[in-house]
Amino acid sequence: MPNIVALVKMVPDLVEELEINDSGTGLDRDWLRVIINEFDNHAVEQAIIIKERDGGEVTVIAPEAEGVEDMLFTTAAKGADRMVKLSHDDFEEGVNNHALARAFAEKAKEYQPDLILTGVQANDDLDGPVGPLVAEYLGMPYLGYICGVKIEDGKALVCKEYPGGLTAQMEVSLPAVLGIQAGEEPPRYVAISKVRQMMKTAEIDEHETDELDPDGGIAVNRMYLPEDAGRAEMIEGDEDEIAAKLIEIFKEVGAL
Amino acid sequence: MADTATKAGFTTEFYESLFEVADGENIKTCLQCADCSGVCPFGYLMDFPPGRMIAWMRAGILDEMLDTDSVWMCVSCYACTEVCPKNIPLTPGLMTRAKEELLLAGNIPAELQNALEFSQRYGNPLGESPRKRAAWAEDLDFDIPIMRKAKRPVDVLWFVGDYASYHPRVQETTKAFAKLLNKLGIDFGILGPEENSDGDSQRLAGERGLFEMLAEKNGKAFGKYEFGEIITTDPHAYNAIKNEYPKLGVEYPVRHYAEFLAEHIEELKPLLKGVGEKKITYHDPCYLGRANGIYDAPRALLEAIPDVEIVEMAHTKSTSLCCGGGGGGMWLDGFQWEKGEVRLSDWRVKEAVTAEAEVLAVACPYEPPRFEDSTKTVAGAEGIVVRDILELLIEAMK
Repeated sequence: MPNIVALVKMVPDLVEELEINDSGTGLDRDWLRVIINEFDNHAVEQAIIIKERDGGEVTVIAPEAEGVEDMLFTTAAKGADRMVKLSHDDFEEGVNNHALARAFAEKAKEYQPDLILTGVQANDDLDGPVGPLVAEYLGMPYLGYICGVKIEDGKALVCKEYPGGLTAQMEVSLPAVLGIQAGEEPPRYVAISKVRQMMKTAEIDEHETDELDPDGGIAVNRMYLPEDAGRAEMIEGDEDEIAAKLIEIFKEVGAL
Repeated sequence: MADTATKAGFTTEFYESLFEVADGENIKTCLQCADCSGVCPFGYLMDFPPGRMIAWMRAGILDEMLDTDSVWMCVSCYACTEVCPKNIPLTPGLMTRAKEELLLAGNIPAELQNALEFSQRYGNPLGESPRKRAAWAEDLDFDIPIMRKAKRPVDVLWFVGDYASYHPRVQETTKAFAKLLNKLGIDFGILGPEENSDGDSQRLAGERGLFEMLAEKNGKAFGKYEFGEIITTDPHAYNAIKNEYPKLGVEYPVRHYAEFLAEHIEELKPLLKGVGEKKITYHDPCYLGRANGIYDAPRALLEAIPDVEIVEMAHTKSTSLCCGGGGGGMWLDGFQWEKGEVRLSDWRVKEAVTAEAEVLAVACPYEPPRFEDSTKTVAGAEGIVVRDILELLIEAMK
């Protein structure tokens, strides 16, 4: 029976407008509302689907953030067996994915997972490095853009999405890390009464992360909103005049 | 889907839970007359309309209902409850409990799931920014006092509600009420971002825990301020605050705007110049009419407008037809269409056409967008104008 770990983080909720902090290098976190990363939510759903089908245990690990306990209790109400919160003073301020992946890997390996599932990307980090980095730190294979997972004879049969509407079936030996694009089913709804019940009965394991090592990550020099610019020129006149003017412009910019 | 473990003993547990609702034990006296299933606007589409649900329950095999989804067609319109000769609380009891069980079993349409998640996360089912709950007031030429900033007691706490706050069409109605309060010199305030969804339609869609959470949040906000009474333009919020919040210890006097303005009718009359010679028909919202017995006050307001003729539709007052938005229907349009390829709002607008009405007057924020959509598709309805009574009153003042 597979031992499954889901790695989950909270990301900015775009329901409110985002603001840049005073130093101009990141988001202003004072007013920031956060929400479970949509792809991580699919990873949790996929983990629970595997558990319901093949048995096993699901452990959800998430770094500290506002509302993270509610999110974890919701995963427990859906069927997760264990909830782990990573704490460190720097998490709330946001850490880079190298530091996060090291913290995830360090904690995940304690559970001797057969499968580690995480979102293939997040809206605050579109290059999706968490899954591959965790795989690297733990010496496991990684497959991304996964849209379905079945466990068979100690291996995982996965569905992987490609651009252009193509999907492939692949086999990967376990243990492995999978970056989930979409669960086999969309994330389920769980009644609030069940979540409240979990809040009363279930416990979150809190794990103090000793050190956050951001080495290998990028440094943000400047973060800014798209800037307005007036560069469009409206060409007036009849067809011939417009064509003549266009040729003139093409010559000017060296296109002709 | 429900597994066998949860199904064992389901029927008995479910049946007994129905006694907990007020007058719930009346269900024991069901005659199987099937009036409920017949009057239900979607009864013909349901695998388990109320009467059949009771029959199967008596046979001990209601667990089969958990694997069907047509209970989600129930729009909690109280039509069944209204006609039941044995006064069985079918809408608040049987149908709502059935939806609760489907929801617990995870048998819930995806559309509804979004609205419930948004309600939990943002305090409104539309998924809009909670910070912008009072943004509708920005283009008015007078200020709408927000309690947190006003820092003073008011006579009227206006509970604005979800669709009235966020839906672009319904915001017009909201602004009309603001103008009326302003013209009447009423001392009022709103909660703004501190207001949460009243939660009533979520409750009737089977999410009782969510309803309680939202009610607690609103109760906390009410408790922070001093006010004489709560007024709302939303019959669903009215129903929640009047009939459901007190069970959770949140007790405040509340009225729908129709009752409130009817009390001020002598002050309003001199201001009403008219909207021309118009034939107006009034649609009784389920939660103002059948659920709370308010039929006369809205009509009195319309009659106060000079030169208008009030005509009634075939279904009127206690037999009024639901617009399709209640009990979660606002969030199940696609699901309802898939099941029946019909819209209740179309049916209602056809009745307005038959009544030869020029204006379809409403008093609930669910209705203007639903009925306006139907006037675009129902033959003969092109000329019908949908207006909330509040909008007609403001128009009549111009």
